[in-house]
Amino acid sequence: MLIQLSLIILLAPMLGFLVLIFAGKKLPRNGDWFATGLITLSFALSLYLLITKLTLHHGEAITGTMTWVVLGNAAEAGSLTVPFGIMIDNLAAVMLVVVTLISMLVHFFSVGYMHGDVRYSRYYAYLGLFSFSMLGIVLTDNLLMMYIFWELVGISSYLLIGHWYEKKSASNAANKAFIVNRIGDAGMFIGIMILFASFSTFAFGAIFDTVAAGNLPFNSTAWLTAAGVLIFCGAVGKSAQFPLHVWLPDAMEGPTPISALIHAATMVAAGVYLVARVFPILTADALLIIAYIGAITALIAATIAITQFDIKKVLAYSTISQLGYMIMGLGVGAYTAGFMHLVTHASFKAGLFLGAGSVIYAMHNALHKKNDHHTDAQDIRNMGGLKSRMPVTYWTFLIFTLAISGIPLTSGFLSKDEILAGTLAFGTLSGHWLLPIIGFAVAGLTAFYMFRLLILTFHGKHAGTTSLDDVVESPKVMTIPLMVLGALSLFVFYSFNPFGASSGWFFAAIERPASVVPALMQPATSAVFHDAVSSMHTLAMVLSILIAAAGVLFALAVYQWNKVSADRMASSLGFMYRGSLNKWYFDEMYGSVFVNGTIGITKILRWFDENIVDGAVNGAATVTSRISVVSRWFDNTVVDGLVNLSARLTEMTGTLLGKIQTGKVQTYFIYIVFSFIVLFFLFI
Amino acid sequence: MELQLFGIGILTWIVFIPIVGVIIVLLLPDEKRNAIRSVAAAVTGIQVILAGIIFKYFDRSMLGINDASSFQFLEQYKWITVEAVPWVGKIEITYFLGIDGLSVLMVILTALISFIGVISSWNIGKMVKGYFALYLLLVTGMMGVFVSLDFFLFFIFWEVMLLPMYFLIGIWGGPRREYAAIKFFLYTFVGSILMLLVMLALYFSVAYTNTATGETIHTFNILHMMNPANYVDGSILAGVDTTWRYVAWMALFINFAIKIPLFPFHTWLPDAHVEAPTPISVILAGVLLKLGTYGLLRISFPIFPDGTIYFMYFMATLAMISIIYGAFCAMAQDDFKKLIAYSSVSHMGIVVLGIAALNTQGMVGGVLQMFNHGIITAVLFLVVGVIYDRTKKRGVNDFGGIANVMPRYTGVAIIGMFAALGLPGLNGFVSELFSFLGAFSSFRWITIISVTGIIITAAYILWTIQRVFLGKSPDEYLALPDLTAREMVAFVPLIILIILLGVYPAPAIELMNTSLSHLVELITNGGN
Repeated sequence: MLIQLSLIILLAPMLGFLVLIFAGKKLPRNGDWFATGLITLSFALSLYLLITKLTLHHGEAITGTMTWVVLGNAAEAGSLTVPFGIMIDNLAAVMLVVVTLISMLVHFFSVGYMHGDVRYSRYYAYLGLFSFSMLGIVLTDNLLMMYIFWELVGISSYLLIGHWYEKKSASNAANKAFIVNRIGDAGMFIGIMILFASFSTFAFGAIFDTVAAGNLPFNSTAWLTAAGVLIFCGAVGKSAQFPLHVWLPDAMEGPTPISALIHAATMVAAGVYLVARVFPILTADALLIIAYIGAITALIAATIAITQFDIKKVLAYSTISQLGYMIMGLGVGAYTAGFMHLVTHASFKAGLFLGAGSVIYAMHNALHKKNDHHTDAQDIRNMGGLKSRMPVTYWTFLIFTLAISGIPLTSGFLSKDEILAGTLAFGTLSGHWLLPIIGFAVAGLTAFYMFRLLILTFHGKHAGTTSLDDVVESPKVMTIPLMVLGALSLFVFYSFNPFGASSGWFFAAIERPASVVPALMQPATSAVFHDAVSSMHTLAMVLSILIAAAGVLFALAVYQWNKVSADRMASSLGFMYRGSLNKWYFDEMYGSVFVNGTIGITKILRWFDENIVDGAVNGAATVTSRISVVSRWFDNTVVDGLVNLSARLTEMTGTLLGKIQTGKVQTYFIYIVFSFIVLFFLFI
Repeated sequence: MELQLFGIGILTWIVFIPIVGVIIVLLLPDEKRNAIRSVAAAVTGIQVILAGIIFKYFDRSMLGINDASSFQFLEQYKWITVEAVPWVGKIEITYFLGIDGLSVLMVILTALISFIGVISSWNIGKMVKGYFALYLLLVTGMMGVFVSLDFFLFFIFWEVMLLPMYFLIGIWGGPRREYAAIKFFLYTFVGSILMLLVMLALYFSVAYTNTATGETIHTFNILHMMNPANYVDGSILAGVDTTWRYVAWMALFINFAIKIPLFPFHTWLPDAHVEAPTPISVILAGVLLKLGTYGLLRISFPIFPDGTIYFMYFMATLAMISIIYGAFCAMAQDDFKKLIAYSSVSHMGIVVLGIAALNTQGMVGGVLQMFNHGIITAVLFLVVGVIYDRTKKRGVNDFGGIANVMPRYTGVAIIGMFAALGLPGLNGFVSELFSFLGAFSSFRWITIISVTGIIITAAYILWTIQRVFLGKSPDEYLALPDLTAREMVAFVPLIILIILLGVYPAPAIELMNTSLSHLVELITNGGN
C-alpha cells in the first residue's frame, strides 16, 4: 500500500511535467495551478506516509522492486538482472516530506514571483521534472537509480538555471553547473562500477550484506575506501563542496524561487543524503576525508560570504558553507545531526531565499516604476530600511537569520549544536581538533555575515535611487509560504526540548546505521561516539551560544551602531579582504588552468588530427601518386619500350626476310638446293 | 521459424526488394520525380514493415552465432558448386541467409534508417533518378551484409555498398566531394583487400565432411569456420594462437576498424560526412559504421577467439583513445557536421570498449550502443540538415537563439543532443552504462580513463547547444520556419525510440541477450 502511495508521490510531478511541456499553453493560467495541485497532492501523501511510517512501521524499511532489464548469463554471476526498487525507511520518509513541502511552497511563491514570465508554463513544467527526479533520489533502493535520478536533477537544474537563456550569463552558468557536476558524477560512476564489478548488484541492502559478510571489492580495503570516496565525489559536485563548489554561486542566475528549492533546500542537499545512504560502507579513512572536505568547504565559503554585496550571492555562499557543515557532521560520525541539519536548513534557507526573492521582487517593481533599468535590484548597497515597508518579509527573514546563526529556540540551534558536539567528540576520540575549531569559527562567521545581510537590507536608512515609498510588501501568495517556513524554523517541530535534540522524535526516528566495513577500518561505533558526544554536549552548547552571540554583536557593532568602520577593517586586512571579495580566485584559477587547458588540448588535437593523422593518410596518397608517376615513366619507356623494341625487331626481321622473297622460282630453287647441301653436311 | 511469401523467404525479400525498386526507378522517366521518390519511400517502407514482422516473430530464446539450426528465418541454397578442383577438392559457395540475436537489431536499424533517409532525401533535386537508384542499391548492400552467413556472400554485399556510396558522395556532395569520395573509396578498399585475403586463407583452411557422401568440401560458410574441428591439418590457419591466425585477425581488424572508425583509421569520416548530403550522412553514421563492429562480432570474434583474447587489451586501448580523442576533436570543431562526425568516433569507441570486454554486460551494452548510436546520430545529422536547408550554413558559431525561432526543432534537437550526452532516461545512457560496466570488469584503468570522456562530451554538447540554440537570434534568422510535416515524419519515430529505449530498454535487450551470452561463452571457451 505504502509503495503504491510512494509511486503516486513520485509520478504526480512527472505527470505535471508531461502535461505542461506538451499542452501547458492550452491550460488555464498556463497550468500553474495544475502543477501546484499535483505537488500539493504529493506533499499531503508524503506527510501521511511519514506519519504512518513512524507510527506503524517504525523499525522496518518498506521495499518493492521490479525487473528493469535482464542482461543474460554472465560468467561469474549467472543470470544478470538489473532491478528497479523503492525503499522507504525513516530517512526516506522524512526526506520525502522535506522535498515535497519546499517544492509545494515554491510552487505557490512562484505564482506571484514569476507572474508574466515569458516561459511561465515551461517554468512549471521543469519544476515538475525536478520534483520527480529529486523524489526519485529519495525513494530509490539502489545506486544505479540513484545515479539516474542524480543526473536528472542535474539536467533540471541546468534547464532552470538557464531559464532566461537569452542572457549569456545565464546559459554560461547553466553549462558550468552541469559540467562541474559531471566531474563529480564521473567519480561517482566509477565508484558504482567498482561495487558492481565486485558484487554484481547495485542495491544498497545487497551491497551492505555482501561487505558485512567479509567480501571486499577486489579483495582490498583500499578499493573499498576508494569506492566510498569516489561515490562521495558525486556529493562533492552536487552539494558544491570544495573543490567543485564554484558552480553554485553562478547558479544564482536562475529565478530566485529555483535558488530556494534546488540550490538551497533540496538538490544541493542530495549529496548529504547520498553520504547518509552509503554510510555503512564508508571506511574510517573515507569518513575522515569527507569530514575534512566538509570543514574546508564550510570555512572557505563562510569567509567569502562576509564580503559579498549581492543578496543572493551571500546566501549562495552561506548555503555552500552550511552544506559543508552537514558533510562534516556526517564525516565525523554525527550522522543524525548532519541529516537533521539538512532538514532544518531546508526550511530556513528556503525561507531566506524566498525572502530575498520577495525583496528583489519589491525592489524590481520599485525600480521599474522609476524606469530605472541600471540599478542592480539584488545589491544590498541599494537597499536598507525595507523593514517598515515589508514587515512580513522582514520578520520572517529575522527568524531565518536567527535560525541559521544558531540562536537558541530555533531549529538551526538544535542541529548545529549537535554537529559541533559531534566534532568535539570526534576530536577527543581521534585527536583531529582542527575540525571542531573550524566548526566553531564558521559558526561565528555565519552569525556575523547573516546579521550583516539582515541589517544592510532591512535596517537603517534606504540607500540607492529608489524611494522607499515605491517599495511594497509582496502579495499573499508569496508571504504565506514565508510564514509557513518561519514557523518551521522554530525548535518545537523537531524536539520539545529547545536545548537538546537528542530527546526529540527526530533522533528517535533517524538512527545511525551500523558500519559494515571490516573492524579495523571502522569509525568509532555509535555507542562510543554517543558517550563522547554526551560528555561534550554542554561545552558545545555554551561555546556555540557564546560564539554566535559574539558574531551577532560584532555585526550589530559594525553595521547597526557604526562603532567599527567596515571600510577601515577592510583596508587593514588588505589581501585577506581582497581574497574574500574575489572568492579566493577559484574561478580565475580554474579558468586559466582547466578551461583554457582543455581548450588548448582540443586545439592541439585538432591540429594533430588534421596534419599528422590525416597528413599520414594524404602523405600515403601522395607517395602512391609519386610512385605512379615513376611507374608511368617506367611503363612508357622501359616496359612499353621493350614491347616496342620487340615490335621493331619483328618489323626489321620482316623487312630483312622480305628482301629474300623475290618471287622468282629460280631463286627459291637455289635456296632449297643450298639448304639441302648445308643440312647434308650438318647431319652426316 | 520460417516466413515465406511466394515461396521466397522473408530475408531475401528484405534484402532484394530495393533492387525491385531500382528497376522501377530506372524505368520511370526522369521528370517524374515524385513518382521516383514515392517508389523509394514505398520500398523502404515495406522493409520497415518486414522488419516489424521479424521483430514480432523473432524467437528470443534461440542461440545462433555458431549453430546453424538455431538461426532464424534461415535460407540456404547451393549457389556456386565446382566439383573436383585440382588440389582443393570440391568448392562450395552457398546462398546462406539467417539472423540471430546479434543481427536482428541491425536489420531493424537498417530498415528504419533507410526509410528515414528516403524521407529526408525528398528535396534532393539533382539527378533524382540516379540518386534513388544508387540509394536503393546501397540499401540492398547494407541489409545483405547483416543477414549473410556465407563469407563470400558477405564480401559481395560488402563491396556492393562501396560503389553507390562513392557516387552518392562524389556526385551529390558538397564542394570537396571528389576528394572525400575518393578518400572514402580507397580507405574502404584497402580494408576490403585485407578481408579478401583472410577470406581466401580461411577458405583454403576450412573444409567440412559431408556426412551423407563422405566428401571433404571447402566452404565459405562462416559457421563452419567457427568450428576448430573443420580446419584442415597443416593448413595456414589451423591450430590455436599461431602467428598466421594473429596476422589474419589483425588484417580483419584493420578492415573493420576503418569502417567503425577507430583511431587512427578515422580521418575519412569527417571528410565524408562534411561533403555527403544529409541523408547520406544519416545512412553513413546510422548504419555503415555499425558494419565495422558487426563484422568484428560476426566474423573476427567467433572465428578467431584466440586472436580476440590475445588482442583484447589492444582493442580496448584503441577504443579508449577513440573515446577521449574523438571527444576532444569534436570540441575543437566549428563545423556542426564535423563536430557530430568526431562525436561518432567517440561514441563508436564505447561500442568497441564494451565488446572488447568479452563479457555479457559489455557485449550487450556494445551492441545496444550500436543501435542507439545509429538512432541518435541520425537525429543529429537530420538536425544539421534542417538548419542547413534553411540557411545554407552549418557553422556552430553562425547561429544563436534558434530556440525562440524554431521551438519544435529545438525540442527534437535537444533531445537528440542530450541522448548523445548520455542523459539517463534517454537511450544513449543505457548502452553506455552497460558498456562501461562490462569494460570495467575486464580493464580497470582503461575504463576509468574512458569514463572521463563523458565529462568532455557533456562540455562539447552543452557548448554547442548554447551557441546554436540559446542566446538571442541574429535578425536574419528571425523568420526561419519551424519543422515541416515531412521533417517531423523523419524525426518523430527516432525521438520516440530514444525515449522508449531510455526508459525501458528491455525489448531491445531481450532480442539479443541469448545470442550474445552464447557468443561470450564461445569466445572464452576458445571456440569450443
